[in-house]
Amino acid sequence: MRSAVLRKEPPPMPAPVDSIVEVRDISKTYGDVEALRGIDLDFPRGKLTSLLGPSGCGKTTLLKIIAGLIEANAGTVTVDGKPVSGPGPERAFVFQDFALMPWATVMRNVAFGLELRGVNKTEREGKARHYIGEVGLAGFENKYPHELSGGMRQRVGLARALSVDAEVLLLDEPFSAVDEQNRRKFQEDLIRLRTNQNKTFIFVTHSIEEAVYISDRIVLLSPRPGRVSQIIEPEIDRSGDPERIHRDQHYLDTVDEIWQGLKQYVE
Amino acid sequence: MASSIRTESEAVGFAPLSGRGEAAGWQDHPILLRLISIALFAGIWEIAGRIPVSFAFPTFSDTIIAFFGLMADGSLPSAYLSTLQPLLLGVVLSAFIGVGLGTLCGLWRTGEWLAIPIFIVLQAAPVAAFIPMVTFVYGIGLTAKTLAVMILALPVIVLNTYKAVRNVNESLLVMCRSFLGTRWQSVTKIILPDASPVIFAGLRLGVAAGFVGVVLAELLITPTGIGDLITFHRSRADYAEMYATIGSIIALSTLTLVFLQWVEVRIFRPEKRGA
Amino acid sequence: MTLFGYRVPMMASLLVWCVVWEIVGRLDLIFLLPPFSDVLVAAVDLVQLPSWQSATVTTLRAFAIGMALAIVVGIPLGILMGRVRIADDLLGMWVNIFSSAPLSAIVPVLMILFGFGEKTIVAAVFLFAIWIIVLDTRAGVRHISPSLIEMARSYGASRPALYTKIILWAALPEILAGIRLGLIRGVKGVVIGQLLVAIVGYGALFETFSRNFRMAEFWALTIILFAFALLISELIERAEAKVEYYAGARQ
Repeated sequence: MRSAVLRKEPPPMPAPVDSIVEVRDISKTYGDVEALRGIDLDFPRGKLTSLLGPSGCGKTTLLKIIAGLIEANAGTVTVDGKPVSGPGPERAFVFQDFALMPWATVMRNVAFGLELRGVNKTEREGKARHYIGEVGLAGFENKYPHELSGGMRQRVGLARALSVDAEVLLLDEPFSAVDEQNRRKFQEDLIRLRTNQNKTFIFVTHSIEEAVYISDRIVLLSPRPGRVSQIIEPEIDRSGDPERIHRDQHYLDTVDEIWQGLKQYVE
Repeated sequence: MASSIRTESEAVGFAPLSGRGEAAGWQDHPILLRLISIALFAGIWEIAGRIPVSFAFPTFSDTIIAFFGLMADGSLPSAYLSTLQPLLLGVVLSAFIGVGLGTLCGLWRTGEWLAIPIFIVLQAAPVAAFIPMVTFVYGIGLTAKTLAVMILALPVIVLNTYKAVRNVNESLLVMCRSFLGTRWQSVTKIILPDASPVIFAGLRLGVAAGFVGVVLAELLITPTGIGDLITFHRSRADYAEMYATIGSIIALSTLTLVFLQWVEVRIFRPEKRGA
Repeated sequence: MTLFGYRVPMMASLLVWCVVWEIVGRLDLIFLLPPFSDVLVAAVDLVQLPSWQSATVTTLRAFAIGMALAIVVGIPLGILMGRVRIADDLLGMWVNIFSSAPLSAIVPVLMILFGFGEKTIVAAVFLFAIWIIVLDTRAGVRHISPSLIEMARSYGASRPALYTKIILWAALPEILAGIRLGLIRGVKGVVIGQLLVAIVGYGALFETFSRNFRMAEFWALTIILFAFALLISELIERAEAKVEYYAGARQ
């Protein structure tokens, strides 16, 4: 039964019907260190795909290449068929360290992407207010980042990314600086948001449980150099109570399966 | 390179004690403690004056009386009128030139390479040695005093601004880029706001240095303003009046710095309010 | 900055400015600015003059005594303020005021209290340098992690041992930073003091040179002074770099 879920390397990848982001033969080296080698990936539209792997496997580098924040040494990334040469309006990034402006209120932080695009104040604040509510921060519009907990700060980061109407959301270990309780709550909210928003999510994480819990599709990367080692599509029913997933047999099996595969890379 | 350049702001002034939110910044204390502290200072002064430690050491009470005397006869206000003009002019000019130049050097490598070493030298060196020269060239008027203020105030403002701009939070810059911010937007919306606390610290240090400069210029050559008042009362051995004048300029400089900090927090750093 | 692929050290631009200075000086644009080469020649002549040598000895002696006093008084005062709440409450305000006050205004007082001589210069150096040393020492002591002090206590450290073996060392990076800033301020103190007293050491020389418009000598003296100030701050910075590894490790 498990073997039905896992596809072994090399990924034969019959391109999924509708993939919004296509990564072709991406390689990246930092000096002498080879961070990524020959990455070929497709990210299906409307799905949440996780990039999972031990530290040093280049998952954040790959995400930043997709974002257009880092240039690859070789290969191309296309979004909706258009090659990526830098950041674009169809992609929005959520940062590991939140990257909130400490001098700006939650409202201004969330509306910042629109502010940079020259959207007028009433319009952008209306939109920002909507997404602040959407991520569960209604009432905190005039607070400053230092007045919020880590989890709430990352909600601001997520609302900022949502408010620019990008089709693809790129999340770089968004919960790694968030404490355990808040992280679980946030993961549940993310599942709910994902169903509402109908956006494509690309999610970098080093937590197997997190990846299995929220993802439609998990791309396992092996380290030094980073390469795609497995693609897993956990078939978990996420409707209903999100708490239930943690006890779902399929969830537990998949977590274990991935751990068995990753164990070799850990010391 | 930028990190190896340190200006005085890392340690000095009002910022560390109150700005870092440490428990013991004296501004956080109840007014009572501050009053006790002032009373203690005045008490020690009074006792030292009564012993007396020196014929040239008036008591605190005599000094206070002398202060009101100087205020009443108008000599102190008119002296301040002459001192504060070049001070204000010099500080404002230094602020504009310094912040502009510092920002430019922080953003533009060639400018950094050319200009920053000069200001590092000027910051570490006793530029007060130039003041007599300035006075010789520009006479004893407003220009000389303004220049004296500027040569002392400008380096610290430039270096602080430069340092702050160079050490801007990288992560916010990347964020701005990822949301399609232009270069200009990243300067005005990220770099300058992010740098502003350190820039303000530099401006406060610049103001403090400006006070030193103007008093020095007046004491050294230009017989006007507060410096002249000090010299005049010293020559007449009116020590209480002399101490009162010196005390007043120190008090004024302190109050100005506290006021500047208050303005900064009130107007420019709303997130610090009540934090 | 990089030029033709080579990294040019930042301070190298000062050489460029020296060349500019030379050119401006040769063009006779500003009479105050003689060519840089003339200044160098004047500097070489200057250091051979007995008047310069004796002025240097006077200046250095006043500087050294003033600094030593500032360090000896400043560090214990800073530790006291860092450890004892009431001392901090009562003194903090004054240390802060004096650290940023226009101390040049106080020099005339020093002149009438200590006379027109070396004592005034020593007092000026002390007064300029001490406050920043106190402030930095205090900050260093405040930043010591409480667990380090608890560790010392739990292993039975006596009170003197706690101060000499833990607190002084743990605060050393900040104390050194304070001493470096104090030295820079001390140099300013010695110059301002001598300029105002005007009959001692470099102050007298500056007075002579600028009154007689002997510009090359004036600049030579200035450059020697600046070089001295930079040298001192560089030396202390070296010492700081040595303790910096554990300043970073403490975080």
